[in-house]
Amino acid sequence: MRVLIKGARLLDPTLNLDMTGDLLVEEGHIKAISRKIETSEAVELISGEGLYVFPGIVDIHVHLREPGEEWKEDIESGTRAALHGGITRVACMPNTKPPNDRPEVTTYILEQAREKAWVKVYPIACITKGQEGKELTEFGRLKRAGACGVSDDGKWVSDSSIMKRALLYAKQLDLPVISHCEDHSLSRGGQINEGILSAKLGLRGVSFSSETIAVVRDLLLAKETKAPLHLAHLSVKENIPFLRWAKEEGIPFSAETCPHYFTFTEKEVDGYNTSAKVNPPLRTDEDVIAIKEALKEGLIEVIASDHAPHSPLEKDIEFELASFGMIGLEFLLPLSFNLVREGLLTPLTLLSYLITNPSKVLRIEPPMLKEGSLAEFVLFDPEEEWEVTEEKIQSKSKNTPLLGRRLKGKVKGVFLGNKRYLF
Amino acid sequence: MRHLLDIYHLNREDIEEILLLAENLREILHRPIPKVPTLRGKSVLLLFYEPSTRTKFSFEKACKVLSADTLSFSAKGSSLEKGETLLDTVKNLRALGVDLLVIRHSFSGTPHFLANHLDIPVVNAGDGTHEHPTQALLDLLTVKDKLGTLEGLKVAIVGDIKHSRVAHSDIFGFQKMGSRVFVAGPAYLLPEDREIPLYELRKGYFRVCLNLREALEDADVVIALRVQKERHGDPLIPSYNEYAEFFGLSPRILEWIKEGALLMHPGPINWGVELSHEMERYPFQVILDQVENGVAVRMAVLLRLLSGE
Repeated sequence: MRVLIKGARLLDPTLNLDMTGDLLVEEGHIKAISRKIETSEAVELISGEGLYVFPGIVDIHVHLREPGEEWKEDIESGTRAALHGGITRVACMPNTKPPNDRPEVTTYILEQAREKAWVKVYPIACITKGQEGKELTEFGRLKRAGACGVSDDGKWVSDSSIMKRALLYAKQLDLPVISHCEDHSLSRGGQINEGILSAKLGLRGVSFSSETIAVVRDLLLAKETKAPLHLAHLSVKENIPFLRWAKEEGIPFSAETCPHYFTFTEKEVDGYNTSAKVNPPLRTDEDVIAIKEALKEGLIEVIASDHAPHSPLEKDIEFELASFGMIGLEFLLPLSFNLVREGLLTPLTLLSYLITNPSKVLRIEPPMLKEGSLAEFVLFDPEEEWEVTEEKIQSKSKNTPLLGRRLKGKVKGVFLGNKRYLF
Repeated sequence: MRHLLDIYHLNREDIEEILLLAENLREILHRPIPKVPTLRGKSVLLLFYEPSTRTKFSFEKACKVLSADTLSFSAKGSSLEKGETLLDTVKNLRALGVDLLVIRHSFSGTPHFLANHLDIPVVNAGDGTHEHPTQALLDLLTVKDKLGTLEGLKVAIVGDIKHSRVAHSDIFGFQKMGSRVFVAGPAYLLPEDREIPLYELRKGYFRVCLNLREALEDADVVIALRVQKERHGDPLIPSYNEYAEFFGLSPRILEWIKEGALLMHPGPINWGVELSHEMERYPFQVILDQVENGVAVRMAVLLRLLSGE
């Protein structure tokens, strides 16, 4: 297979590349990148006019639901959704059934991935057995089985001495610790953001303090242990000064947010709309502005989808019984590019949040637009508009408040080694 | 009006209409044979997932006076215990032929959820910590009846405002009818500052008072709320004695409230806690009038929803 993409905007945040030019793929590898490539040999031409070409997205916060909840998603359908979203690597969270708290589960996930995954899968293992926050899992054996990080996603390790032990041990083994920051003693029973809407709907709220208390404690432990910490899906304004402080202190941390925290507010939940019930909850206009500012300032420098599929069995029920989460793989790029359209980020900075920095968190080499490297890149039309419908969604689950809405920016194709997908 | 899910979304005209209808219907309750055939052939499903005496019997009585059939349901011994979902249960009961659903549930939003999935009117008989609209309507009717108007009154609500669905509906209902609402109680059971824009429907018509006296001073109506020592395992007050001493309504409030001010309570009452036992003999205590008005208001709601084709 020889394919020549002509006249595209070639973007690579890791190489700091941003130019209009041509890209030649041969035998699954990037053969040449140049302003103009002339070739006399037989080649398939793809016009890159109006298209961005950039390395595959690395999404470090995804729920693939396998093993145990395959009616919501499995490794095949979840990675297919990722592929359609321009994501070529996903880190899958350990809250499966059983949870990924032992090497056998990690091995199972990787075996399934080898058999049926469309993109590369990086399993994240639990910090504690059964995500119960009491005993550390076998970090060493989990890593040997292929785990790329540890997290008790959905559960904060509330015992500070266990978290400290986890940070020290993970540092020794060069595993990232990903923390879901939520002080459950404050958020217990919480359904949505605590504020005017929780009062109106009579639902128990989750306060900003439950998130920020957890963020600050974890930053202090990272300071004390000098162990790298990754803060998952931040949602509130009150975190920001503490992130700034942590940067100044030189604490080894990275912070992440998700498109829904800079796109939606709690208003989506009004009328008891379970498709917008997510944890942490959608917050207020002020929080959305603050999260965007933090992205602009580089305090938050990772964007992940927190793709959390649920079927109607978990969503089309009483609000207080409905599960938390929304799908996100297929909307990650269109929603993130809104930050470029609003002038908050350059395309390269945004892509560094989606490719370079998440790769750093996972300690992997990011995919790059480099001559000689394996093809792993995306064709993206930043202007094309499309309507989100159940039919278009590749994920098994359709739980998103975006149904029926129009998005701008569409993934047109993905090159992955010898494979080429055009949508 | 297709359903009655909350007071928040009702407008003043709707409320006035229901109150007027209730006043007219109340007379039936005093006839020698308190029964009219208005809703003959209609059946009403009473779905109570939480314990209730007053509200459930009140709806049942309202149905009987209007000659509607009632189907009652109790979660115990039903298919819910076999794992059937609420929606399936309701759809099945609907298939048996039901014209209106009355629901009480411990989860906020459940009546909204069912209303979205059913083609019959749904009446909220209290959902979680959200609202209890028929209670507010009967409170409005009681005050209007006793004081002749709802315009320009000062209404004080004392207790756990945060978790009280009665308080939430009353706060909206009284303001919509032109009264001012003052709330008081332990600080952590009061609305927080950022919630005030929700409750304050008209500028200056809603106030959160840290001082009990400020709320009660010159009040025309005092509503005491039932105090629960704990809620879902969450201890809310240090002790009943502490509460009674600092927030209980006893004869000392008589110096503060207006002469002839009404004293109300949605029931069931913890005598000696939110109300001292002496207050039972307070001449303007209208707690049992509230109960009778409850039937009238519920008759009006049923009629309104079932005859409005």
